Amino acid sequence: MTGSFTLQLVNGLAALMLLVSFALLAQHRILSVLHWFALQGVLLAATAGIVAWGTDNHELYISAIMTLLLKGALLPWLLWRAVMQLHVHREIEPLMNSTVTMLMALAVTLFSFHIVQPIEQMSALITRNSMAIATACMLLGMLMMITRKKAITQVVGFLAVENSLFFAAIGATNGMPLVVEIGVAFDVLIAALIFGLFFFQIRTTFDSLEVDAMQQSLREDDEA
Amino acid sequence: MKAVLFQLLQALLLVVLAPLAAGFVATCKARLQNRRGAGLLQPWRNLRKLFGKEVVLAAHASWIFRVAPYVVFTATVMAASVVPALLVSTPLSLTADVIALVALLALARFFLALAGMDIGTAFGGMGASREMTFSALAEPAMLMSVFVLSLGAHSTNLTTMISHTLDTPLVLQPSIAFALVAMLMIALAENGRIPVDNPTTHLELTMVHEAMILEYSGRHLALMEWAAMIKLLLFATLILDLFFPWGMATDAGLMAMLLALLCWLLKLAVLLLLLAVCETSLAKLRLFEVPEFLSTAFVLAFLGLLIHYMLEVSL
Repeated sequence: MTGSFTLQLVNGLAALMLLVSFALLAQHRILSVLHWFALQGVLLAATAGIVAWGTDNHELYISAIMTLLLKGALLPWLLWRAVMQLHVHREIEPLMNSTVTMLMALAVTLFSFHIVQPIEQMSALITRNSMAIATACMLLGMLMMITRKKAITQVVGFLAVENSLFFAAIGATNGMPLVVEIGVAFDVLIAALIFGLFFFQIRTTFDSLEVDAMQQSLREDDEA
Repeated sequence: MKAVLFQLLQALLLVVLAPLAAGFVATCKARLQNRRGAGLLQPWRNLRKLFGKEVVLAAHASWIFRVAPYVVFTATVMAASVVPALLVSTPLSLTADVIALVALLALARFFLALAGMDIGTAFGGMGASREMTFSALAEPAMLMSVFVLSLGAHSTNLTTMISHTLDTPLVLQPSIAFALVAMLMIALAENGRIPVDNPTTHLELTMVHEAMILEYSGRHLALMEWAAMIKLLLFATLILDLFFPWGMATDAGLMAMLLALLCWLLKLAVLLLLLAVCETSLAKLRLFEVPEFLSTAFVLAFLGLLIHYMLEVSL
């Protein structure tokens, strides 16, 4: 009973993960992107907690708490602070073409489902079904990095890819060894801090956070 | 014989109750806005008044304009009569196919749009073109959302789908939640409720349904408005059938039917109250944001479909 109940909960959370990845892709406002990103972190922590409870894996509890603090609170807060200090929190980022992006996202999800199916059949873990969703979320994060124009949302896309890799790790192996997880967590934290510095550097150098502006500026430099 | 009688009664119930349901939503909305409201029976009074008035026809109106109200009303009533409200399996249950249902509604919409364009006024043409644009997006999304449930039941027949839901034990199925949200969004759009269209306005440049029936009067207008009310009740019943069928009667016994009626009214009241809250708290979308709203519904329904395959098939 507990097994099937845990499975249902993990499946439900996996579905929500996919939904959040789509929502991240469809948001116009920078602040709502950050809200959805924080929600993704919380979902991730909840999944880790539930898998820990279902498999009686105590190390996973620690990583669940770490995920909640780091990805549910600290990283979104760091990004939020950067957005506030750069005064871009009211800006609306025009999406390239939201309908085409959504259709591409659906195609990517279908593709990852097709890819993962043979792997799923070999696995005997309770979380094997979430592998396809983790792969889809990863590709959706990459799609977000491709379709966005602003540096901040591209970074959120990158962090979303990292989130889904963590989700895949929980799904595929019931979590990595704790040492590795702590290492990865600190890497991500340092990366986020460095990205925060980068935002200010980009802003002072190019007067804009749009990636197109950088290319334009570089081209002008070449010509000069 | 008894089942046939129940079938007729059920269809009649939907047709008669439709104005009351519309009145219920209007009253709930009025209360939420600190008004007293015109009462539950106001839509019935309106219809009676309109049936008593003479029909004023434009000089250029063709036969399509005169025929359209009857076609729209008949198609909607036919659609309403195949949807099971109380009894799961009715004599007409073989025809209670979701695709046929969508086709009947599409027929009604087709004539509505034709009638809107027939007179040649600017408003009618505008309303018709908008309605067709939105429906082209809403229809696939609706079918997609229904298909999520049909995948589990292996059928698009409503009766089979309801029996399947009643037979399976209650488990957490994320795909159905996705389909439900998509279906609710589409129901709002298809019935011209607030985030998409404002049902209480006659003087807005962004109106859709009202723009098409602007030239109608007398009994024609009454039939058009009645059809719209039936459509609202039809969608509500469809959502209840597909997602919350518990309490429906599986045999035509009197007690079971009474219980089913009670359950249905209760569920309906909750759903319509939800609609009133939704309409009061949301603002109308800009016209150009409606396609985005509908494509969100489509994406949700499609995600439901994918999630069904990813997570639930191997269970």
